[in-house]
Amino acid sequence: MNERASAGAIIEVRDLRKTYGHGSAAVHALRGVNLRVQPGEFVSIVGPSGSGKSTLFHIIGGLTPPTAGSVVVAGEDISAIGDSGRTKLRRESVSFVFQKFNLLPNLTAADNIRVALSISGRPIDGFQKDFEEILRMLGISERLTHKPSELSGGEQQRVAIARALATRPAILLADEPTGNLDSRNSLAVLKILRSLNDRFGQTILMITHSSEAAQYGHHIVHMSDGCITERSAVVPPGDAI
Amino acid sequence: MIFKLVWESLRFRPVRTLLSILLIAVPVTLILTLIGISRGFLDDSRKRQEGVGADVIVRPPASSFIGFNGAPISDKIVDLVGKQPHVVEATGTVVQPIGGFDSITGIDLTAFDRMSGGFEYVHGGPFHGPNDIIIDTYFAEQRHVGVGSNLKLFNHEWRVTGIVEPGKLSHAFVDLASLQDLTDQQHKVSQIYVKLDSPGNANAVAAELKKLLPDYPIFTRQEWESLISVNNIPLLATFIHVIIGIGVVIGFAVVSLSMYMAVLQRTREIGILKSLGASKRFIMNLMMWEALSLGFGGTIVGIVLSFGTRAVMKAIVPASLPQAIVPDWWWIAGLIAIGAALLGALYPGWIAVRQDPIEALAYE
Repeated sequence: MNERASAGAIIEVRDLRKTYGHGSAAVHALRGVNLRVQPGEFVSIVGPSGSGKSTLFHIIGGLTPPTAGSVVVAGEDISAIGDSGRTKLRRESVSFVFQKFNLLPNLTAADNIRVALSISGRPIDGFQKDFEEILRMLGISERLTHKPSELSGGEQQRVAIARALATRPAILLADEPTGNLDSRNSLAVLKILRSLNDRFGQTILMITHSSEAAQYGHHIVHMSDGCITERSAVVPPGDAI
Repeated sequence: MIFKLVWESLRFRPVRTLLSILLIAVPVTLILTLIGISRGFLDDSRKRQEGVGADVIVRPPASSFIGFNGAPISDKIVDLVGKQPHVVEATGTVVQPIGGFDSITGIDLTAFDRMSGGFEYVHGGPFHGPNDIIIDTYFAEQRHVGVGSNLKLFNHEWRVTGIVEPGKLSHAFVDLASLQDLTDQQHKVSQIYVKLDSPGNANAVAAELKKLLPDYPIFTRQEWESLISVNNIPLLATFIHVIIGIGVVIGFAVVSLSMYMAVLQRTREIGILKSLGASKRFIMNLMMWEALSLGFGGTIVGIVLSFGTRAVMKAIVPASLPQAIVPDWWWIAGLIAIGAALLGALYPGWIAVRQDPIEALAYE
């Protein structure tokens, strides 16, 4: 994945606006957001509820279109592509890790990963060695035959991370990945994310309420009322690990 | 992988899956049972006509293919027919409906035995008195009677003197003259069975009889048996089509409801698949394969249940409604069930495809 750390932003957001509803009922979730993320960066987005961070996350992930502005993700201008284009983006370039894990409950951990691979259409062959290392790093190699209901919250989130990485996405989008975990598992997941970034150059954009969790990124982007209010570097970047 | 997803989804919600399969099986069983009864009834009728041993049949003027309207043929016609060249035996019968699909038949036992080769008695023997009756094993089973039992049919008390193997003309036989008296149709018969010196003469004799009795429908045995089909029974074909239509509607509604429930239950899962980049086609395929699986399962269960309905029919009304197993209709019933299932999955599939991934992921 290090080859992606080339020149040019992997995420470039310019004057992004998103409005839900119309007229007097209109809610302006994003009011002119600008953001650049370089390949291999780990960026934490923090902000209170309603600050627009989830909306930004959904737009960058191709889950919803912007109302105005330009969003280029892994070379694709999301504002210019339709629903099928955004589906392709999700299939090929971005992966999600959610607060509620979102594993398919009727499948084993291994099958959850296989589903993502099957949908992406990418064979794992050339990636097998790296992926096995990722599984070891996640500590779930022995738990792959279990269904989500048989796994702890921490294990489920690790499977979700493995599923997200199996398709070798350009960008990993993590939405409150520790929101449903206890402090021990939260710490473990944050370390894993940082380690994936350090060892494989995985670009990560993470939303979090927690200022402590945000410290695991290289940069912290603060949002409030639909705008980015501050972008700061975490210094030193690796100290928390 | 899509098959794995479908299989695991069906396994994950076994009650919904089993209920859906069972409900889809209902129209399949309905179709197979009704077709089976139609065919069983007609096969049984054909077999019983064969069992008479007649080569030519003379029907009353203006009579329909099936059913009898009293006994309008004079027994002088029986005598006349009996005197024609190549005719070795002519015997009239009286058929009296006794409700439902059942009837009793008045026969001249001696003549009938000569024509048919005689009954095979399982218990008892021939009738002797005017109130005696011979019944076949199906009728005995259906009415729960044996030799010596009394049987009230057509407002008359009969005494069972013999139980015979089935397959000859009717399920219940009484003396011709007795039934003529009882129905106030002295010297009249419902139809005439004619035995020839050689079956090869049937066409020639039938042609001669048609000249002799121009108002009477006259058939060779082959002609008569070929008429015993679904299409020649008034409204039966229409009835079958209506039942098939009902089957399609039930199958459609059941699968639609089941798939709609599945979509609701799996809103979050659909959201997950969409977040993984699953296309609309992938989601629709998932729904369609699931519907196809339910339709297939419903077909198999429906076929198995049709054996069950046959067993029930055989236990309750073996004489009135013999049900045949109709393997040549399995694939038709299956196509109807699967077609209805796929149709029923279209709308829920469309809903699934259109689901907003963010809303779906937020669904609890």
